[in-house]
Amino acid sequence: MIDKRVTSCAAAVADIKDGDTVMIGGFGEAGSPIELIHALIDHGAKNLTVVNNNTGSGRIGLAALIENGQVAKMICSYPRTANSMVFPELYRSGKIELELVPQGTLAERIRAGGAGVPAFYTPTSVGTPLAEGKESRTFDGEEYVMELAIKADFALIKAKQADRYGNLTFNKTARNFAPIMAMAATNTLVQANEMVELGDIDPENVVTPGIFVNQIIEVANPQQESKLVKEGVVYP
Amino acid sequence: MSNTSPESKTQESKPQAIGWSREQMAQRCAQDIEDGSYVNLGIGIPEKVAQYVPAGREVIYHTENGLLGMGTEPSAEELDPDLINAGKKPVTAIPGAAYFHHGDSFSMIRGKHIDVCVLGAMQVSEKGDLANWSTGAPDAIPAVGGAMDLVAGVKTIYIITQHTTKTGAAKILPQCSFPLTGKGVVNRIYSDLCVIDVTDDGLLLTELAPEVSFDYVQARTDVTLINAVK
Repeated sequence: MIDKRVTSCAAAVADIKDGDTVMIGGFGEAGSPIELIHALIDHGAKNLTVVNNNTGSGRIGLAALIENGQVAKMICSYPRTANSMVFPELYRSGKIELELVPQGTLAERIRAGGAGVPAFYTPTSVGTPLAEGKESRTFDGEEYVMELAIKADFALIKAKQADRYGNLTFNKTARNFAPIMAMAATNTLVQANEMVELGDIDPENVVTPGIFVNQIIEVANPQQESKLVKEGVVYP
Repeated sequence: MSNTSPESKTQESKPQAIGWSREQMAQRCAQDIEDGSYVNLGIGIPEKVAQYVPAGREVIYHTENGLLGMGTEPSAEELDPDLINAGKKPVTAIPGAAYFHHGDSFSMIRGKHIDVCVLGAMQVSEKGDLANWSTGAPDAIPAVGGAMDLVAGVKTIYIITQHTTKTGAAKILPQCSFPLTGKGVVNRIYSDLCVIDVTDDGLLLTELAPEVSFDYVQARTDVTLINAVK
């Protein structure tokens, strides 16, 4: 029998080890798996490389994971967001490494990681400082730069609905990086707003097929990042 | 562009004594958005373009965080924190909208499926190089977002910018001194003073704002302009 459901967020993140690469879904707060991130803070794994578009806001969720000293390196496109003060401070004092990647290149590197493609050529960043030191090649008279795939030990993502096979749907623009991160990680951990029975999701409407998912925890009423930031909540 | 650049702040600061206002720049740019276009608007003044697209033209707005068919700002009842634009502000989705993941969203961009992108600028060069993501200051936190992907992939790149910096320095230059966002990517510039096309022969001034002369613009531009206004 296949049943990917687990009983708690703590159980889901239990196998994350020091030094692992962890992809975290979300674009700002939309799609941020805040309960799974908080479980990872409780779990305590350190020296992590984290892949996310941003660096979190306030002192909860991803920002709290960074503030807790668990992240050695961020791979992201935009570390400077409203209400983001944790990352800039650590970055300026040299306590965290940053690999800055254009947003589309970040997405494609993740997708390539999940698709078994080790590298690809892209026109993005040609002629800019972000292409320096990278291999380039000309196709049909245009210059392209080579970018490497990114894979991860774990992905933490948030879904709207999940069934026990791991088939997923998402809510609106909260989908963002989640489907490609699910593909690129060896272990994909999902927090879903709602667990449904097999067959409840029309196969035509499955966004992430269950083959890309390893563990699911139902979090029926997830916390809202912007609300916590507004209230000045600090985790833990 | 996916995120706030310092430029958007500069542009919002003080209007020139003569020339177009921020709204008028957006309005002028909107005249050039054709019916049926798929369009990505950067934040700041470019966002305003959507308000001025002439009636009767159907335009689909793309936001790179996964939505085609972005609508206007939501009412309090419509507001959903899971439905935001690239600037992370709440938006709505029009009837006929579609959601997709980041891989697909940037395939639309890089694969040249988006017709027009309107962005702000810190500097633009004679050859159409664009600098709009970093001043290269050593203490700055570098952040690029989707700007480099947009200029590399979208078919037509329009720039809306004040013609000079707050202190009066030229922003249209022989070479950009700031780190580039893309090389030879800009097609047209809408400034508060004029409209300029980037061509193989050089920068072609095609239109002047009311009461602005060619010489007035030339004096505020570090590149020799070709005057196409007769």
